[in-house]
Amino acid sequence: MPQANAKIDKAPAAAVVPGPIELTINGETFRHTGAPDMPLLWYLRDVLRLTGSKYGCGVGQCGACTVHVDGKAQRSCLLPMSALSGQTITTIEGIASGDDLHAVQQAWIDEDVPQCGYCQAGQIMATVDLLKRKAQPSDADISQLTNLCRCGTYPRIRKAVKRALQLMAEAKAAEEKAAEAKS
Amino acid sequence: MTNLNRRQFISVMLTASGALLVGLRPAVAAFQPKVPIDLLGEALTSLGAFVRIERNNRIVIGARGCEIGQGVITSLPMLIAEELDADWNRVRVEQLPYGYEIGPDGETNRYGPQGAGGSTSITDGWKDLRQAGAVARWLLVEAAAQHWQLPHDRLATEASHVVHPDGTRMPYAELAERAAGILPPPEPVALKKPEQYRVIGKPAKTVDARAIVTGRASFGIDAYMGGALTAVMLRCPHMDGSVDTIDDTQARKIPGVRDVFVIDGPVPGSAFDTNLAAGVAVVADDTWAALKGRSALKVTWKPGPWAQESSAALEAKAAEALKGDGVSVRSDGDMAAARKAAKRTLEARYQVPFLAHATMEPPHALIKIEPDRALFIGSLQSPGGASTVIANLTGLSRDKIEIRMTRAGGGFGRRLENDYVAEAVMIAKKAGKPIKLMWTRDDDLRHDFYRPYGLHQLSATLDRKNQLTGFAHLCAATSMNYRIARKKERPPGQGCLEADDFPAGLVPNLDKRFFSLESGMPRGPWRAPLHTFHAFAVQSFIDEIAYETKQDAVELRLKLLGEARELDYQGHGGPKFDTGRLAAVLTRCAEAIEWKRRRSDGRGVGIACHFTFGGYAAHAFEVSMDGRDLRIHRAICVADIGRVVNPLGVDAMMAGGTIDGISTALNLAITVKDGQVQQSSFGDYAIGRMAQMPHEIEVIVLPSEREPSGAGEMGIPSVAPALANAIYAATTVRVRRLPLLAELNRRL
Ligand code: FES
Ligand code: FES
Repeated sequence: MPQANAKIDKAPAAAVVPGPIELTINGETFRHTGAPDMPLLWYLRDVLRLTGSKYGCGVGQCGACTVHVDGKAQRSCLLPMSALSGQTITTIEGIASGDDLHAVQQAWIDEDVPQCGYCQAGQIMATVDLLKRKAQPSDADISQLTNLCRCGTYPRIRKAVKRALQLMAEAKAAEEKAAEAKS
Repeated sequence: MTNLNRRQFISVMLTASGALLVGLRPAVAAFQPKVPIDLLGEALTSLGAFVRIERNNRIVIGARGCEIGQGVITSLPMLIAEELDADWNRVRVEQLPYGYEIGPDGETNRYGPQGAGGSTSITDGWKDLRQAGAVARWLLVEAAAQHWQLPHDRLATEASHVVHPDGTRMPYAELAERAAGILPPPEPVALKKPEQYRVIGKPAKTVDARAIVTGRASFGIDAYMGGALTAVMLRCPHMDGSVDTIDDTQARKIPGVRDVFVIDGPVPGSAFDTNLAAGVAVVADDTWAALKGRSALKVTWKPGPWAQESSAALEAKAAEALKGDGVSVRSDGDMAAARKAAKRTLEARYQVPFLAHATMEPPHALIKIEPDRALFIGSLQSPGGASTVIANLTGLSRDKIEIRMTRAGGGFGRRLENDYVAEAVMIAKKAGKPIKLMWTRDDDLRHDFYRPYGLHQLSATLDRKNQLTGFAHLCAATSMNYRIARKKERPPGQGCLEADDFPAGLVPNLDKRFFSLESGMPRGPWRAPLHTFHAFAVQSFIDEIAYETKQDAVELRLKLLGEARELDYQGHGGPKFDTGRLAAVLTRCAEAIEWKRRRSDGRGVGIACHFTFGGYAAHAFEVSMDGRDLRIHRAICVADIGRVVNPLGVDAMMAGGTIDGISTALNLAITVKDGQVQQSSFGDYAIGRMAQMPHEIEVIVLPSEREPSGAGEMGIPSVAPALANAIYAATTVRVRRLPLLAELNRRL
């Protein structure tokens, strides 16, 4: 089964016809030849062994499986591979650039958010999406994060969202300063 | 060395020095085949079972516990690092495997206790892991003493260096090889004084946080194995039911499905020491194929002996049972006489439902069985139990069973049971292949060892001055002492009623009795087992007594607790219960919530306190109703758990326990109808989400010089009663049944 899913070099035009499904995951292109109704979550985990996205319910209720599809947070347990042809997927493994963590990941470490840690990949992916949609999320906006945490890390998630905003602002200021210095 | 096996510690040293003598390195292989590569290194730099020193002076410390979110992967190595005087910022922690072995004295565990239950990891580690660190440090200092030709006690240590009297610092790495050839001292090494602590008591972040936030941390469910097939089970929904007919024609047509077969359940009524339920296993190439195969199965069931059981019937049975005599759990003075003499008697009944654990990572197991050995990888709380289960089902000796421990996505008591381990072994034996068993969320909610159901009847007798003269606590419940092999040795009210809990010893006349209810529901420990179960009733009732007698609810509790003193406490967490410590957390909690301040705007404040497993906690909430929802404006948790090892970790446990408590008290119940569990998803078993939770839990940990207790379970029992008391203060509706929200909305 996994042999058919070898990486290929570049993404050809999105296919609409049944057949292999090609999609980009964390910058690499993959071809899926297995069951077209297989949810992305199981493709990521069982086929690609990208196990950062977690199974918590399989029916869209918990958010442990959250990934980004074309930049938007989606619950990968609900997405059949057949709907993803030509799409660009980012998982928790793909949001850092090399050794540089995403500000949200760093904030999660700074605020020591994880307890068991199982829900946190999904929490982080949902938060990255939230911060794309709302540059300055209010407390009420943060309350709209619907990912479940059985360990009860919600208060630290709240703090970490704010910490991430701060880190992003600092990074932006540093960038601007550097640009200014250049010109 | 107290709990750790000194012979084991020494044998490692001897092998190491032996290796030095013969110039070979058999030590690496002989050292410990189960030790992960990362911790193995060269035997010459390994000091005992927990410590390895790399050439760059980085210290690698083995974490022996089951990490289920309670932070032991960080806090237990801190104990070792402290006594070793390691530079914590440069320590790397590695998870250890299960350390069972058969030594010259019989069965032993080279790492000491490894399970996670009863909040004992820190108390155990406090005894033996500090000593393990201290011995490693002693060896390094001894090596330096030999090198510098100085007496041992003229040398000091700091941040992974031995310090010469002239200030010269030698890295541990340069001494490790010599140290590994020295025999440890025969007597326990003196431990540091608290004022010397550099690691204990300082906030430490989760050691593997980076792996978690990058998705690289490996949970049990993330383990795969070449050649393994994935299995899911369709389990009989009826308790103790069995398979009647199967039509697997469609299931077998699903591409990727390899096999379908029946797995028998335990004999009804027998001890639960294998799997939990009968069912049909679908074995496939991957999870999705297995799940599709399962959906395509057509199976009919024989409902078994509990087909009539329902929550309603159980409630009626409980009420009926309370009319009997029950079994006495504790009796002080003469409660019957107190009733006769009473000016007034108050009575109330409280009900607590079955609960599921709903660990975020559902049960799962990966097992490979070979003729002469087995390998298991998965999330556990009781690796010893898992090892026993595998041995029983395979006939292998336990030392031939390798168990790799992983980070677990929550535990809450669910993984103290190893039914899913047994199930995986049974499937793997039939399939003749390594098996990765997956449970779905509905499997998990419908097949659990539930927190018991119970009906509590409380009575208080009062004299003409409204003084409490007697207290009766009758509890009818589905005991946790059920279908276990050692049933006879256990107290009848196990997991439901503790003899010495509040207010035992604080009132002259006391009558505590237990009434066992028959039920087909499997039961087991659920975070702070009996304490979440009965503190709701007791601490709500105390509040009722206060209102009825027009006393302040905090002052009434303080008056009952009386002067600070130690009372005998036989249960887990004893041998003593200190009334002063409970009074102190309560008083601090009342201050923090501004207990005396009058509230307007429909807000109410409630408070409660409880002693759990050696730790003391109080909660207070300020709440108001917002339509059908409860708004929690403030949430305070005050705890005294003795000396704190990792303040960040304790804060997480208390805040997390409080949120677990809120979520559970407000929303959660497992109910039964026609002998089947009715809940099957986060839709009908609605773990609280961010929007329902207070933005902050104000955690206050009282400073203490006492021996540490754990922290995993103390932060939950007083939540439900404090919330119920707050709801009463806000609405004048006394909710005596959990979950609170459903009942409150029914009554409002
Ligand atoms: S696993 Fe996808 S939402 Fe729960
Ligand atoms: S950290 Fe355990 S479920 Fe969120």
